Amino acid sequence: MSVTLRYFAWVRERIGKTEEVVDLPAGIRTVGDVVAWLAGRGEEYAYAFENPKVVRAAIDRAHVRADAAVAGAREIAFFPPMTGG
Amino acid sequence: MTVRLQREDFDAAAEAAAMTRGRTDIGAVVTFTGICRDHEAGQGVTALTLEHYPGMAEEEIARHVEEAQARWPLLGVTVIHRYGRLVPGDNIVLVVTASAHRAAAFEAAEFLMDYLKTRAPFWKQEERPQGNAWVEAKQTDDAAAGRWDRPSERDAAE
Repeated sequence: MSVTLRYFAWVRERIGKTEEVVDLPAGIRTVGDVVAWLAGRGEEYAYAFENPKVVRAAIDRAHVRADAAVAGAREIAFFPPMTGG
Repeated sequence: MTVRLQREDFDAAAEAAAMTRGRTDIGAVVTFTGICRDHEAGQGVTALTLEHYPGMAEEEIARHVEEAQARWPLLGVTVIHRYGRLVPGDNIVLVVTASAHRAAAFEAAEFLMDYLKTRAPFWKQEERPQGNAWVEAKQTDDAAAGRWDRPSERDAAE
């Protein structure tokens, strides 16, 4: 399944990319599965997701939790807790 | 409802005036402006850069404005959030709420600010004399936002 991944704030800085298109391997069902797979792709990803509970996610621009299913997602974003306002 | 994300500055007084112009049903307008300050936790801050998630930020704010409109009898809502690099003294965010009576306007403005702090996809990076640092989310902000959650939403908001 091809999906666009987007990264923001220090997740973006650690990975060194703002976005990328990836083919998710078979067997990946949830956001948590994506995080575990990404963390194994290299040091920069491992650093970004060293504390996976801190990193937040959104599927197609809506907040989701780690157990959310990724089937049909066009865009998955990863970012730190928000600090707007 | 007006929701705008922009690099440019805004004029809080002009936005409030635009909301009430030609109307006689509005009895209360609350205007909140968040401003970039020159210190945080005892350390100097020389600038603030706000990163956002284009598209999601507008949608997320609009969703919360709709939520505010469902909870309080509002006669007008304007939210403007800036992004990019700001220096101390610059405006960051504006919330204007109007209602027939003050309680709804005050509460809705506070509700919107609490949610902007914790749920709108913006991230602040501070420039300090010692180097740049991403602002960490504050538990006090989470607690402030949590008081608006209905019991069924508490789980989803975690």
